[in-house]
This record gives sequence, C-alpha cells and structure tokens, in this order.
Amino acid sequence: MSKKNINHICDKPLRRRTLLKGAAFGLTSLALPFGNADASVWESFFQKHFHQMNKDELQKVIARLENEYKEDYGKDFNIKSTKPIDGVKFGYGLDLSRCIGCRRCVYACVEENNQSRDPQIHWISVLEFEKGHRWVNVFEEATKYYNPHTVPEEGYFYMPVQCQQCENPPCVKVCPTKATWKERDGITVVDYNWCIGCRYCMAACPYGARRFNWAKPQIAREEINTETHYLGNRPRYKGVVEKCTFCIQRTREEPGTYPACVEICPVGARKFGNLLDPESEIRYSIEHKRVFRLKEDLNTSPKFYYFFAT
Amino acid sequence: MGIPLQSSYIRAMGLVMMFFASFFLIQYLHVSDAFSSDDIPDYFVPPPPFSEGIYPCSDCHADLEVNETRRELDFHEDIVLKHAEEQRWCLDCHNPADRDKLRLANGQLISFETSYHLCGQCHGTIFRDWKAGVHGKRTGYWNGKKQYRLCVHCHNPHSPRYKPIEPLPPPIRPDELKYTKSEDDKIPRNPLTSNYKAERKDVKEKH
Repeated sequence: MSKKNINHICDKPLRRRTLLKGAAFGLTSLALPFGNADASVWESFFQKHFHQMNKDELQKVIARLENEYKEDYGKDFNIKSTKPIDGVKFGYGLDLSRCIGCRRCVYACVEENNQSRDPQIHWISVLEFEKGHRWVNVFEEATKYYNPHTVPEEGYFYMPVQCQQCENPPCVKVCPTKATWKERDGITVVDYNWCIGCRYCMAACPYGARRFNWAKPQIAREEINTETHYLGNRPRYKGVVEKCTFCIQRTREEPGTYPACVEICPVGARKFGNLLDPESEIRYSIEHKRVFRLKEDLNTSPKFYYFFAT
Repeated sequence: MGIPLQSSYIRAMGLVMMFFASFFLIQYLHVSDAFSSDDIPDYFVPPPPFSEGIYPCSDCHADLEVNETRRELDFHEDIVLKHAEEQRWCLDCHNPADRDKLRLANGQLISFETSYHLCGQCHGTIFRDWKAGVHGKRTGYWNGKKQYRLCVHCHNPHSPRYKPIEPLPPPIRPDELKYTKSEDDKIPRNPLTSNYKAERKDVKEKH
C-alpha cells in the first residue's frame, strides 16, 4: 500500500512552476534571520512603505525604532512624524555676495542632523571659486578643500551647495524602491528603512547633494541629537543614502525654528521661508534681488535660490 | 442736442478719472507708508554690544568739556575710525550735550538701542533690506517670533567692514577617508565651537 503511495508521488512529474515556488520559498526562508529572530528584526523586515502605513502602524514602527536606538546609543530618542503644514512650500535663499566660506553651516548641519563623524559625512559642501573664472555651473574649477588661516581669501568667492530641493527631482524618478519622494511642502525625503543603497539617486542628482553611508555611522554619544524626525535626522544605517531635508524636524512646526545652517551663519547670508507667503524673506529676495538657480537648464526647478543682495 | 450729451459724457469721464486717480493716490500713500522709517518690525533686538564698563557715557563725559577738534584720543585709543573718516568725526554721530544719545543729521536724538536710524541715513538700501529681513542674520522662528540684530552686532560702527574669520576644517578627501570602528571617546568630535552651542541653547530658552 505504502509502496504504491510513494510510487504515486514519484509518478507525478515535478512541474517547473512548483519547482520555482519551492525554490523561492526555500531561499526566502534562508535569507530571513532565523539566528537572531527577535520580534524587532521580523517587524523591520515586513515594515510597510511609509505611505501605506496608517497612524497606528507608523506609531508602532516609531516605537520600535526608538527602542532600537536606545539599545544602540544608550539615549532616549524622540522620533516625530510631523506632516507638512498646509499652504507651505519651503524655499531657501543664499546671498553669494555675503558668504565668506567659514564652513560654520557645514558643522552646524552635522551636529543637528546626526551625520556620521567617522566615516565623515557632510551634507553641505562650500565651494571656493577664483573671482573672474568660469561661471559657477562648472564645479570642476572649484575646490572644497581650501584651508587658509582666515576667510574670505582675497580674490575668491564662495558658494555653498546642498540639496536644492528640486520641484522636479531626478533622484526621486530613479529610485527603484520608492524610498525617496517629494513631500507636499517641497522637501525631498528618504525613508532609511526602505532604501536599499543602490545609489541610483546619487548618480541622478546633478548637484552631488546625496551622501552614502559606507559604514555604520559613528557619532560620539554626547553629540547625538535625540530630537529627530522619521524622514529626517534619525540615525541612519550602513548602506543607505541621506541628504539635506531643510531640517524637517525643526522647520515643520508651528512655530518652527530656522534650519541649523541659517541659524549659525555669522554673516546672515542664508535665508529661509515659505514661498507661498508673499511677505516672507525668501519672496522678498526673489522679487528684489538678482537671483539664479543652479543648473537651471536641466529643468530640475530647484527651490534653492542664490542671490546677490548688493 | 449734441451739446448736452457731450457735457454729460465729459462729466462721466471726469468722475471715472477722479475715481482712478484717488485709487492710485491711495495705493501710493499705502506704499509710502510701508517704507516709512517707523516701519521697524516689532521683533526682539538684543541690547547693543557695548564694551565693558563704557556705558553710560555720561559717567565721564558729564564733567568733561566738549572738544570738537580732530585729534588723537587719549581715552578711547582702541577706536580707530575707518568709516568715511575724512568727512566725519566723533560728534557727527555722538550727541555732544547728552553723550548717552546718538544724533542724526537733522539734529534728532536717538538711543543706542535704535542706532539703525543713524546707519540708515547713508545706507538706505541696506536699511530697507534689513527691515525686510534680507540683510543680516536672523534667528528664531521662520513662521513666528524672530530675533533681529542691530547693525553694530556685526559691524563695528567705527570700522564697519566685516573682519575675516578662521574657517572650520575642510572635509576629508575621499582617498583619505578611513573607517575605523572606534570606542566612543575616540570618535572625532564636531569642530563647531562651544560658543555656538551655548548661544543656540540661549535662543531656545528665550523663546
């Protein structure tokens, strides 16, 4: 009887579809981390896309992350998920006639946004151009490694470059997992839990504004900023891409403070505000000053306006 | 028959034109009002950055004789005038009778807290930009209470050009980028000065 049964099974030809199904299931279960299968790993593996999570699911994810960070960094984190403010589209202004290239903005950003200290990551690059040289679209003629005793150096001018928060962002278009997108208030954000680290977005960005975590970011415990936003400055993982978010954790509040780079700039070259508010500083600069945007010919339509206030 | 028609036509035109004229006049008045010198935004301005122990000036000057001649100063030797010095001397801005006040070109006296009126006499376009929040540093809330600084917080009034400062270190070149898994105390610290951190905490507490 049993012999007959076995024969019966073996008689059935193994179909291609069945084999693929079995193989897929088998391989998936191999990839799953059975070794340290605590709930948190499973939950993060099956975490939904940011847009598909409802409030409760997002709260659960945030609670899980806060736990993970506490284990990792020994500190209590506050991860916000504040939504965009209605009627707000953020814009940024940078007065090139004032910037002296002191790099205070670079390190204020590092401090506020928990960038890795080792390996070093900076979201802002301050470029130094020789006066009278080729126009600023040609980055190759500039350097960001200048290091004189004092700035500004005679005969040079400075142009800080960071994420330009394009209205038509090429980085978003190329993302295969939809891990990066443009929010309603115009900020392009990254979900570090959905980023697979393919770095297509870095190749697509014409401004070199995105940074990659080649290793697990290291930050001294005393310097970690625990006031974070899910789409902003929460600690990153190894192998994910990060970028400027106009300090989403500070600005997306009512009232919201200026981004860290605006707050520190000693010469007041950096301006920030709501593009939809005709009374805002940024609108005043656009309407009254000589304004340009970087690489405008690429049709990325940045919301980062360089201007000359003189 | 044609004459009364014409006159009523002209009268109507006149009315229409008067209406438009008054409309433009109102608009013009509105604009000029918006740029009057009293239009200083009602924001918190930190007190003027006096050198220590220098204010009130009347502590010493009340008993001193007024001397208008251009000369080498004996007490304020730290002040080097590099601000249209050929056309100007101390008492063009400082009020001789009451030294705790500044004096505008029209003789009006103003306090040190509102010294921007004095600067605005010559630097009108910059003054306009400052009022709009485009010239000068601004902190606080982008959609709420803001903190302005006086002109003299960044520009020494006697030598106003912004002084060069030391830059923070350049980024590490990609080919020198090394990764070492380190203990907490060996991770490089942010070179940002502690001054800034203190100032930021200050701002946060004030609001």
